[in-house]
Amino acid sequence: MAGGTGNGVQLASAPNGIATHEKIIDVKGVTVSFDGFKALNDLNFSMRHGELRFVIGPNGAGKTTLLDVMTGKTRPQTGTVTFNDDLNVLRAAEHELVRQGIGRKFQNPTVFSPLTVYENLEAAAGFHDGVFHLFSKLADPLHQKIDDILKLIGLWERAYVRAGILSHGEKQWLEIGMLLMQEPKLLLLDEPVAGMTRQERNRTGELLREISKRCSVIVVEHDMEFVRNYAGIVSVLHLGSLLTEGPVEQVQNDPQVIEVYIGRSRSPA
Amino acid sequence: MNKRGINYYVLLILGWVPFLLLLGLLLMAPQFLSDFRLSQLGKFLTYAIIAIGLDLIWGYGGMMSLGQGLFFGLGAYGFAMYLKLQSSGGKLPDFMFWSGLETLPWFWAPFQNPIFAVLASLAIPALIAAVLGYLVFRSRVQGVYFSIITQALTLLVSIWFIGQQAYTGGTNGITNLGSAQLFGISLLAPEAQLGFYFASVICLALVYLLATGMINSRFGRMLVALRDNEARVRFLGYNPVVLKTLIFVTSAVFAALAGILFVPQVGIISPSSMGVVPSIEMVIWVAIGGRGTLLGAIVGALVVSYARSFLSETYPDIWQYFFGLLFIISVLFFKSGIVGTLQTGFNRLRVMLSGEPLEMSEHGLSYYRTADLEPIAKSTPSTHDAHLLDKARSAAEGGS
Repeated sequence: MAGGTGNGVQLASAPNGIATHEKIIDVKGVTVSFDGFKALNDLNFSMRHGELRFVIGPNGAGKTTLLDVMTGKTRPQTGTVTFNDDLNVLRAAEHELVRQGIGRKFQNPTVFSPLTVYENLEAAAGFHDGVFHLFSKLADPLHQKIDDILKLIGLWERAYVRAGILSHGEKQWLEIGMLLMQEPKLLLLDEPVAGMTRQERNRTGELLREISKRCSVIVVEHDMEFVRNYAGIVSVLHLGSLLTEGPVEQVQNDPQVIEVYIGRSRSPA
Repeated sequence: MNKRGINYYVLLILGWVPFLLLLGLLLMAPQFLSDFRLSQLGKFLTYAIIAIGLDLIWGYGGMMSLGQGLFFGLGAYGFAMYLKLQSSGGKLPDFMFWSGLETLPWFWAPFQNPIFAVLASLAIPALIAAVLGYLVFRSRVQGVYFSIITQALTLLVSIWFIGQQAYTGGTNGITNLGSAQLFGISLLAPEAQLGFYFASVICLALVYLLATGMINSRFGRMLVALRDNEARVRFLGYNPVVLKTLIFVTSAVFAALAGILFVPQVGIISPSSMGVVPSIEMVIWVAIGGRGTLLGAIVGALVVSYARSFLSETYPDIWQYFFGLLFIISVLFFKSGIVGTLQTGFNRLRVMLSGEPLEMSEHGLSYYRTADLEPIAKSTPSTHDAHLLDKARSAAEGGS
């Protein structure tokens, strides 16, 4: 298998299989095959609490499948996935994983377009309220939190604009904000800057840095320039396995990575 | 402190003007209308109550119920049973006698009590809506399938009512309520009719206020969110089944209340008033008046009913063609209905006059009323996004 390359940052799996107490997510020996095609092939992947991790790799490397496994959408044939040292992800239902603190943003923004930005965040905030609680006002601390997140995602001035007329980038930020309202422990973002302008990409990068102070973040990304600018530690997937892992400068000079990406328009080198 | 304070309160008051105007007109109407026209208006007001309920579930919740006629009918039948027993003066109601019954059926007996009759007329439709809604929404039946199921149930019950001649009066329904007495006054007396007219106005106002309260609460926002993307609502951690069942029950209770008010003013309830065709007509009221605006529901019910009455009186032979044409025109050219179109026009005017950017104004009054302006009221945002970005950037740089 293409495991750790000995870069010394963080090995993909502990050889003795004992969970250390600082891993937010620990994926071990996971294989997912669709009709014989192995989307993930004995993949090992783990990260510590509070990390901002980028996952890159060419098309078909298994990036999105990895997120699917972590959120319970796809069940692997073999392997284990442990969240926060004690939750067996493979046994838990999808909504249970959301409640336990795994938040995921899909590629396309899904916000409630007839509602305002503020109301979208409010909807995300009240998820634990029973139906009759919905007739009362949102608790004050949550209002405070909405204000806080409005500022964080840079939509303070757009709070009373209907979400449907936001730009693509703003919708993405709003959805990230909605996820943050639910206080995830681990946030999974699937290509958050796809379709964004350069300026929007930069703002998203800053936003990700801010968010990683609040929770652990995994970003699956195609855009190499974005990865170079904002990634700390990068995991490279190739053909369903972990090719290498390490700081971005090291990864982009790795001959294996260059090999995988060669001939591509957005080569990392 | 409060940046758009004055603007906000002006708009808040302005938003209530049409409703208060309408309420004032309705309260003064007895001065100007003949007894016949007044009782006609009273009937149309009960339609408006149905329309508000339908607007909640369809205009806001996105679920087109074709079962409102059923709930209306059940409410009306329940109260008609009381009136029938009352007007029969202790004897067996006439249609039962004709059908060969000798004693009052057991389920008719408690309807001799007016309070029971009213409560049952509201509770039975509510219960049916709750059970049907729970089962249907739990199976994630959506869109047109929901419409078809509610329509099928309506058809089923109306056919069943026709078949049970001895218990429901069959095709004729429950009629000859004229000799009923309420509080010692004959049902047909002008004072009694006036009383029911005012009761209809008051109930309409209360239903409107209740519906407005629901729409402006977080519940109302979740309803709109459900219409927009139900899967996302589920993904946020809500249970859409409970939300949808609750709104379905509410709309059923409103329709049943309308039925209770309808019977004493019209003096008859028959399966033809509760079947498939009336249920579709109810949808037309809301569509023409303006989906998603509560005032539109009221206006739609009144305008369509008056247009229908006028056309059928003036052109008895061909009025239905006009009626169809009216519906087609409104669907093609006024998709947001009468009130929705007026609202858009009003907003354009406001944007032209104030120079406020359209995106902030396009929701018009409903926007200012639904949105809770607290955070902007608390502190005027002094930081533009750019400043915020700078702050974030320096924080990020300082941290790394």
